[in-house]
Amino acid sequence: MSGPVLTVSGVSKRFGGFVALQNVDVHVNAGERLGLIGPNGSGKTTLINCISGALFNDGGSIVFEGRDITRMPPHQRTRLGVARSFQIPKPFRSMSVLENLRVPLEYAAWSRSEHRHITDEAMAVLEQIGLKGRAHENSAGLTQVDMRKLELARALAAKPRLLVSDEAMAGLSSAEVDEILEILLALNRRGVAVIMIEHIMRAVMRFSERVVVLDAGQKIAEGTPAEIVRNPQVERAYLGE
Amino acid sequence: MFRNRADFIFWGALAAVLLAGLAFTRIITNEYYYTAAYAILQATVMALAWNILGGFTGYVNFGSAGFFGIGAYTSIALGKAFGQTLGLPVMIAAAALICGLIGLSLGYLTLRLKGVYFSIATLAMAIVFETLMNNWSYAGGARGAYILTPDSHLWFNSYIQMLFMLMLLLTLGSITVSRALNASRLGRGLAAIRDDEVAAECAGVPTLKLKLISATLMGAMMGVAGAPYPYFVTFVDPASAFSLFVAVNAIAMPMIGGTAHWIGPVIGALLVGTVQQVITVTVSSELNVLFVGIMLVVFISLAPQGIVGLVQKVRARRAR
Amino acid sequence: MLSVDLLSNALVAGVLIGGFYAAVSIGLAITFGQLDIVNIAHPAFVVVGSYIAWILNSRLGWDPVLVGILAAPVFYFVGVLIYRVYYLAFERTGQESLSGLAFFFGVMFIVEVSLVLVYGVDYRLVSAAYLEKNFNLGFVGLPLRLVVPFLVASVMTAAVWLYLSRTFTGRAILAVAQDRLALQLMGADPVRVKQFAFGLAIATTSVAGSLLIMIGPVEPSLGRAYIGRAFAIVVLGGMGSIPGMVIAALLIGVVESFVSTFAGPSWAPAVSFGVLLLTLAVRPSGLFGRS
Repeated sequence: MSGPVLTVSGVSKRFGGFVALQNVDVHVNAGERLGLIGPNGSGKTTLINCISGALFNDGGSIVFEGRDITRMPPHQRTRLGVARSFQIPKPFRSMSVLENLRVPLEYAAWSRSEHRHITDEAMAVLEQIGLKGRAHENSAGLTQVDMRKLELARALAAKPRLLVSDEAMAGLSSAEVDEILEILLALNRRGVAVIMIEHIMRAVMRFSERVVVLDAGQKIAEGTPAEIVRNPQVERAYLGE
Repeated sequence: MFRNRADFIFWGALAAVLLAGLAFTRIITNEYYYTAAYAILQATVMALAWNILGGFTGYVNFGSAGFFGIGAYTSIALGKAFGQTLGLPVMIAAAALICGLIGLSLGYLTLRLKGVYFSIATLAMAIVFETLMNNWSYAGGARGAYILTPDSHLWFNSYIQMLFMLMLLLTLGSITVSRALNASRLGRGLAAIRDDEVAAECAGVPTLKLKLISATLMGAMMGVAGAPYPYFVTFVDPASAFSLFVAVNAIAMPMIGGTAHWIGPVIGALLVGTVQQVITVTVSSELNVLFVGIMLVVFISLAPQGIVGLVQKVRARRAR
Repeated sequence: MLSVDLLSNALVAGVLIGGFYAAVSIGLAITFGQLDIVNIAHPAFVVVGSYIAWILNSRLGWDPVLVGILAAPVFYFVGVLIYRVYYLAFERTGQESLSGLAFFFGVMFIVEVSLVLVYGVDYRLVSAAYLEKNFNLGFVGLPLRLVVPFLVASVMTAAVWLYLSRTFTGRAILAVAQDRLALQLMGADPVRVKQFAFGLAIATTSVAGSLLIMIGPVEPSLGRAYIGRAFAIVVLGGMGSIPGMVIAALLIGVVESFVSTFAGPSWAPAVSFGVLLLTLAVRPSGLFGRS
């Protein structure tokens, strides 16, 4: 594995008087599987909003593949190779599943796509995800788990080198969790670094090579899954004093 | 251009309509029909223009009258400055340029905010422009301006016939632009913005840039619709040029016809426009506004996807 | 021509009319500022209020303020009805933005044109003994047709503000936009709260309308001039801040008065809309609003 593909240094974010993130340092190596955990309200979603550009951090910097993306708008970051999926799926409701994928292929990945074969590329992604059969269905009518898959498919279609998966498995059955996990692992095998935010511990522990723990806007622990599980600070953060 | 059968049918239909229009001018002599047709076609261009930002991109413009009025006043001002020498095509081009710039500037100021603020700002803009024109005595101010009908009407029998053909051409042009947009990469980006702007941004769509393009295009098209207006009515004052009736029609027609597809505004304008002409002749013109208002509210509440949406639903049900 | 005389009269007139503007805008401050419902038809209802005042004043000789207060409950129920339709058609299905705006746009048209069809485009006035009187404080004129609306408006605005900040239902209204769930947990039904708030907002237009026709003659399209004013005032004051709204109303009243006096009344409509555009471009959260 080469050097870090993403370096988050000293990032802070306030909302009025509320400090959501305080001086957070996180790095992700190329092709790495990083788990990001922490109790509710610890700042995980704020952090990935800052990484993806939905929010601009107040202090600190974010560097992706050597470029400072701290002040870049989200669409530029996605074009550079940072993709994210949303916790609550946000499909393009007037479009079919296939048409949903055209958007990232035609925009985020435009320079990396075969302009004449966008539909074929979209179908290929759908095949990977397991939604090929639903290609022409309207995206608004999908089941929960299929919507989550569509979210991931859209992020995949952007041809990222770093994917942030925001609680893609919340509320799913055990079998469905395994489906999503398999998709993410397959993606990682192709060299894409993945940051996984999850509350489902068995998924995080099985998936991650390294885990970062946030609590109340600060990083309180970092290490392998085994180390994190034994960390007393982490236990305290989740269970209280 | 001729990629498939649908294209062939489209261009064929357009050509047929154009020829029909020309034939019309040879056969029908009653000037009223040209006046009515012009009004309906003008409304169609406005509806198509509105729909680019409204239906395709999801931002509601309440100030359509502002763009239309400035288009009209561009013609008036140029006519006062240069007399008859410029000709309508130049005035239309000038109006397109100016109103396009206005769309761009307004968009730049307000499209970065929530859609609601953009909508209110468009209303504000229309009234500001109306006030400016009320105070601009060069173009007639509040008392209005009279426009003399030029002598030349090319090979047509009368000036109104020529205006009718001009507006028909402009309408067909607007339809072509709209259709091309609908099926293009740009149009798909706009649809993504309309469906979910945040998700679109994260899918790599440069939302601000596309919204600005959309607003500029809409502004230009509305200016184009307004440019020949002074020659159509021969007397223009700010109250009529910036009339809220123009604005409500521009919204109601696409919403009634259906906003997602380029043909929706055409259907809406033809239907509503025709009914309005009938009402004006048979009852009163005030009733028109009431009619449009009621239709707008009814369709929005019960059939927000418009007529096109209803047709799609019926088709989907039959397919099951 | 900058005499103290002219300046002070412009200032005082501006403040008086600004107070009235607050009464027009408070309903919008509730529906738009608190409930995020873009009720463009709000000023149209004010005009309806004016017409009701005119009818009862010219037929039965009743005092316009009295009419405004008595008609308020009827306006309340109309408001509740309209909210129900809006809720069923839009809020429930999550379509608020595009269609909701156009819905109220349509309602505005229906109201205005109905007035034209029934009563024509002539200007209507009310008459009351005190309206003709003028007081004078030195060189400053205080026409009662401005002072009385100012006083009534102030009382109404204060009353509504106290209600919103002191009573349970009032605070529920202030809370419903920000935290539906907390409200539900507190035992209040968000839909009923919003319904009540909307009804209250429309009820205020009854009083505002009677004040409007006291200040000057009214015709059906007068509401349109107030769209810009009311929205400018709510946006400038800051969404969600009633005191901010009052300050904005006074500011706009004064600026309009100065522009009218020194540049001419035909520029007045541009003032509020210009202020609106400026606020949106520079500081959309307004003077005192939540961001």
